[in-house]
Amino acid sequence: MEYFLTEEQLMIKELAAKIADEKIAPVALQYDEEGKFPHDIMKIIADSDLCGVYIEEKYGGLGGGILEMSLVVEELSRACGGISLAFAGTGLGTFPIILFGNEEQKAKYLPDIASGKKLAAFGLTEANAGSDAAGVQTTAQLDGDEYVLNGTKQWITNGGEAEIYTVIACTNRSKGARGFSAFIVEKDTPGFTFGKKENKMGIRASCTRELVFDNCRIPKKNLLAKEGMGFIVAMKTLDRTRPGVAAQALGIAQGAFDAALKYSRERVQFGQTISSFQAIQHMLADMAIQIEASRCLVYQTCRHIDSGAKNISRESAMAKVMASDTAMKVTTDAVQILGGYGYMKEYPVEKMMRDAKITQIYEGTNQIQRNVIALELIKELSSKK
Amino acid sequence: MNKLNIIVCVKQVPGTNEVKMNKETNTIIREGVEAIINPFDTYALEEGLRIKDKTSGKVTVMSMGIPTVADLLKETIALGADETVLLSDRAFAGADTLATSYALSMGIKKLGSYDLIICGKQATDGDTAQVGPSLAEKLKIPHSTYIRKIEEIREGYIRCQRMTEDGYEVIEMSLPAVITVVKEINEPRLPSIKGMMRAKKANVTVWTADDINADKNLCGLRGSPTQVVKTFVPVHEVQSEMLEGTPQEQAKSLVDKMINMQFKTCK
Ligand SMILES: Cc1cc2nc3c(=O)[nH]c(=O)nc-3n(C[C@H](O)[C@H](O)[C@H](O)COP(=O)(O)OP(=O)(O)OC[C@H]3O[C@@H](n4cnc5c(N)ncnc54)[C@H](O)[C@@H]3O)c2cc1C
Repeated sequence: MEYFLTEEQLMIKELAAKIADEKIAPVALQYDEEGKFPHDIMKIIADSDLCGVYIEEKYGGLGGGILEMSLVVEELSRACGGISLAFAGTGLGTFPIILFGNEEQKAKYLPDIASGKKLAAFGLTEANAGSDAAGVQTTAQLDGDEYVLNGTKQWITNGGEAEIYTVIACTNRSKGARGFSAFIVEKDTPGFTFGKKENKMGIRASCTRELVFDNCRIPKKNLLAKEGMGFIVAMKTLDRTRPGVAAQALGIAQGAFDAALKYSRERVQFGQTISSFQAIQHMLADMAIQIEASRCLVYQTCRHIDSGAKNISRESAMAKVMASDTAMKVTTDAVQILGGYGYMKEYPVEKMMRDAKITQIYEGTNQIQRNVIALELIKELSSKK
Repeated sequence: MNKLNIIVCVKQVPGTNEVKMNKETNTIIREGVEAIINPFDTYALEEGLRIKDKTSGKVTVMSMGIPTVADLLKETIALGADETVLLSDRAFAGADTLATSYALSMGIKKLGSYDLIICGKQATDGDTAQVGPSLAEKLKIPHSTYIRKIEEIREGYIRCQRMTEDGYEVIEMSLPAVITVVKEINEPRLPSIKGMMRAKKANVTVWTADDINADKNLCGLRGSPTQVVKTFVPVHEVQSEMLEGTPQEQAKSLVDKMINMQFKTCK
């Protein structure tokens, strides 16, 4: 379908696709099995200028937005949803700075992210703060010119590999979520260490790790926005990066679909290719319908956000739910089309099915997203009365 | 380190592994086949770009070909080439390797000073591997073929490893010189977005035979003594059979077979 991408967006998509096909696809299974962080592939992505697609030109980026970021994530995810997350997770860690950083903070951190020299990460989740993000217990106490951080963040993408962390911590316990603040914490700050590295079902090339703060002192100027704005920083960031998760799901689904379609034309049973069976044809048709519908919603949501629209929570939640549910369905059906071979690691769809699952869980589970959408619908109706 | 001026010569070839021939004219069928930069030349370009990265020198890419080769030359700008020159003229049409290297040598003379010329070891369509060495002869400079590694390069000097059938030899040459490279030398980079944007805006310099003061009798079909009588892929028909059993049994059945095939025993 014609998506009316600009020449520059097409260029970005094409180059990301080239990296996916030539550099990622041949090694995706190996990274998955070894659970190794894809430093060498991140170097290729950095050299291609893609790390800066969503960062302003004056900080060394290409000046694009969420759509450009999503195009890259989608293409990379076709080959590996885990490797693409090193890129997407950096986006998640960077948007708090893009949206709420002051000039000094942007000038300090964005150029190195745009050039790919440094990766970023976003630390919100804790053992007791998952869907209920208001349960954050990590604290940040002002002491002279410094904040002192204490607590543990859990399941942080790019943990240990990133240089720049945006972290949500509590500056005033009595105020609940209104007492949260957002901070930039650099790797190697004394008192900041990394805990357990998770052994995961899928996206195994991505590193998911604990951030441990033990009397970690950071300069006061690393506060993002104002004290008490941490929850808003987190929510506004996630509203913008959720299409990135949707794009990851979309890419995984496309990769699985491509593999299934190709296989269906090669596998012969009962004297004919399995693509001649209507049962397989209908499965392929349904997969294609869901993927195309997801892509329409994802791209359009990105454009909606990039246009500067104010109300984006509902659309961003819809795109994420639609694309991730599609990814789970399509990858499961792809395994079905490949039959027993689909269940084997020699074929890529086994991994894709494992990788797809996370997209229904993180950056807000699909249940939570449906809560958000329903709440917005009800709010809208009541406001009309 | 002094800045080095590198010239990389590239050729457009059909983008398939199976080159199709027109049996009547004995020429390559180019219609309907995607055009690409000769794969071996991409290693030459990458090596040039690496020298540029190290010495902050300059890479100029030159090709002789039809006007649409300009699009391929723009791809080299996306990868990091600084300048591109296309030698394009009806007079160049039908050139063999001799006429091609003559035209390239005249183009290079017009470019002026340079330190190193890099070519791919051969083109995937003609597979002659002649243009590199022939170009060096025309320019009266040294050359070495099948280079798999540059050990050292500086103004006036290069030391590199030349691949041989059973290993490699180390070659030292004075610069300027020509080298042709094998694919073992590097892994070509992918373009960057900023490079692709630069490429879109870039102009490819096009020079005609007159622009480079070429003698038209030495160009194109007129300047090409080579006549292709017939092209064919030699058939290697080797039939092999594995002998089984103990070494003694194998030796015996081998001797039996040789006797059967009427090998005469030496007296
Ligand atoms: C691989 C991985 C990477 C991650 N990366 C990051 C990261 O980089 N940064 C970060 O901050 N976090 C990260 N997370 C955390 C992730 O965002 C959370 O796991 C997610 O928000 C869900 O929280 P939870 O796992 O605690 O599930 P829970 O909140 O415990 O949910 C359990 C189940 O209950 C359902 N549920 C909960 N509340 C409701 C409700 N009100 N209504 C209906 N259903 C409900 C959920 O949908 C789910 O099905 C990552 C997680 C994983 C697994």
